[in-house]
Amino acid sequence: MIKIMVLIVGLALITFIAWWFFGKHATASEASEVVGNHQTVAVEVNGGYAPETVELTAGVPATLNFTRRDASGCLDHVVFNDFGINQALPKDQTEAIDIDTSKPGTYQWACGMDMFHGKLIIK
Amino acid sequence: MTITRRFWISLALSFPMLLQMGLMPLTGWMLPGGDWTALTLTTIIMVISARPFLQSAIASFKKHHSNMDTLVAIGTTTAYGFSIYAMANQQPVFFETAAFVTTFILLGQVLETKMRRGASSAIEKLLGLQAKQANVLRNGHFQLLPVADIVVGDTIKVKPGAKIAVDGIVVKGSSSIDESMVTGESIPVEKHAGDYVIGATINGSSTLEYQAHRVGNDTMLAQIVELVKRAQNSHAPIQNLTDRVADIFVPVVLILAILTFLIWYVFLGVSVAHALVFAVSVVVIACPCALGLATPTALMVGTGRGAKMGILIKNGEVLEAVDGIETVVFDKTGTITEGTPRVVQVVGNKSKVIQIAASLEADSEHPLASAIGKEAADRSIALLPVQNFRTQSGVGVTGQVSGAAFSVGKIGDLKISSAFQVNAKAMQADAQTVVYVGNQERVIGLIGIQDAPKPTSQAAIADLRAQGLKTVMLTGDNQQVADAIASQVGIDTVIANVLPDQKADYVSRIQRSQRVVFVGDGINDAPALSTATVGIAMGSGTDIAIEAGGIVLMRNDLRDVSRALTLSRKTFRRIKLNLFWAFVYNVVGIPVAAGLFYFIGLTLSPEIAGLAMALSSVSVVASSLLLNSTKITPALG
Repeated sequence: MIKIMVLIVGLALITFIAWWFFGKHATASEASEVVGNHQTVAVEVNGGYAPETVELTAGVPATLNFTRRDASGCLDHVVFNDFGINQALPKDQTEAIDIDTSKPGTYQWACGMDMFHGKLIIK
Repeated sequence: MTITRRFWISLALSFPMLLQMGLMPLTGWMLPGGDWTALTLTTIIMVISARPFLQSAIASFKKHHSNMDTLVAIGTTTAYGFSIYAMANQQPVFFETAAFVTTFILLGQVLETKMRRGASSAIEKLLGLQAKQANVLRNGHFQLLPVADIVVGDTIKVKPGAKIAVDGIVVKGSSSIDESMVTGESIPVEKHAGDYVIGATINGSSTLEYQAHRVGNDTMLAQIVELVKRAQNSHAPIQNLTDRVADIFVPVVLILAILTFLIWYVFLGVSVAHALVFAVSVVVIACPCALGLATPTALMVGTGRGAKMGILIKNGEVLEAVDGIETVVFDKTGTITEGTPRVVQVVGNKSKVIQIAASLEADSEHPLASAIGKEAADRSIALLPVQNFRTQSGVGVTGQVSGAAFSVGKIGDLKISSAFQVNAKAMQADAQTVVYVGNQERVIGLIGIQDAPKPTSQAAIADLRAQGLKTVMLTGDNQQVADAIASQVGIDTVIANVLPDQKADYVSRIQRSQRVVFVGDGINDAPALSTATVGIAMGSGTDIAIEAGGIVLMRNDLRDVSRALTLSRKTFRRIKLNLFWAFVYNVVGIPVAAGLFYFIGLTLSPEIAGLAMALSSVSVVASSLLLNSTKITPALG
């Protein structure tokens, strides 16, 4: 009897994991605010990126402020392949990353181990 | 708290338990206090060393993400939590599992962080080359200023043994300069007034003054740093596979672990504790990090090594494209050859022939004319005044020197002796362009001009052929001259009479049947460089070449083509090897940890699983670092 209950709980757990991680869930997205001739977005790094999608206006100089709250070594660098940026993120410190917004498009950023991803839309 | 400190705390507290594990079977020695001591030690480890794993796991869980830390956190808390439950029910405990797994994983992370720093050291080394201060002329006298204060147009004095601060042009003095740190060229280069000097290179024998030409982010060094940075952090197409795997890896492992538990407990009837050990092993052994690190670390070491050799590989895509290259197409001028035509042979009254030709061609911009002018200067022959100078389009020039009329150029209507005719034939067969010097009726001398192959070209092409590559030369020269050069250096196929704007067409024509590397000097080769599967821009370091070429060679040595191809291939092979091991490790490790081979006696305890996982990511980084010592032939000499 107890074994059947364990089995049911186990299978329920599997279903939950599949739904939680593979199901479609809304992710945080944020558009930049242009102040003067400059746009800034703050990105919090804690078990991933918040917001995960950042929208920037093309042609306006932009800065992304990354702050890592997470102790994990997985997230200790942020890499923008397309811009040649590989910035170390010391814990609890805000690191400003300047983004060249001259070419509109969709770019990716990732953690140093390519496990977490964020999206940068310039338009 | 740093990972290193977390590791040492964890190690110190695990040590008594490790001692017990080793000594108990032999001597029966037990920790004083038994399970209570183990509980206390492990609790401290969980709170101090393992808590960040849990925090990170929870933070990513909330965002529907999972990572390495998810696995570690679940593995250790399961072992820890179950042991407390077991202790309360007087069952055997395994606190040490949680403690050891934490220690081993932190050990792995400490090593890995150190090695990753080693992998990305190329950039720091390059930046370290930059001079800090310079002697700059301001308000009439030289003063020591930080390099950042130098502006374009400043005059800078550099003493022997000191670093050139920024890119500039020599205005006073001459000296030999060691440019090896930027170009990889080991022999010092002589510089005189008017020559270009590169920032970060070292002045040799005597004091120089130069005028700053490019400063700050415009200097060659800054551009190299930028290029290497981009290359090191670029994305190789092969990574798309690991990206997809990474997204689903951790949840899949969690599902597998639950299935493992259910199968052992529900269907095979082992105890809860026993089934749990298998499940925890599965969670702990799985290592997405090894997969994630496989490509970027190799890319970083490979491109960094290239930069040190004066070979700039632009990104991971180029590395992949080099794999499977069949043909190397060369532009002749400036690539296989020196790019500057020289007089190699004079027939007739040598000094008279050169004097007349040089005097008549004195004002011409034609490359052949400057070769003749240089020859006159080298032989210290004075030029004579010219009257009635005329250019005959397509034939050459005529004019009066010392009262007599002469012509220089093609043979035209001139009569030629049979001896001269034999000479001319032989010179043409030797890849020389023959210039005829005549008086009003007959040829009085011949000048053989040649854009000679670089001394290293022949060896370079032999290297490429030894790698099984076909070699093709494109040139605007006529067939005879082209064939002669090709046979001197050992090129397989010659395509002659190619106009500059046709190069890209020929490249794409060859490309229809095979994958092509195009090697050019980058000045007017940009279209061909970007048309080819891989474009290699040589020597010039011009902005256009850097834009168009997938690989940029800082030196003018054709052997670097073979080195660049070898390095790219080795780096790409290393990436594939790393990925292969990372996959195999997980594909083999997970079933073993799950107890699939239990019945033939092969199992893994969670501690060993934790150690294996820690070592797997360390070994991938170590494998990438090996690229730093792999042999690249021909060796730099």
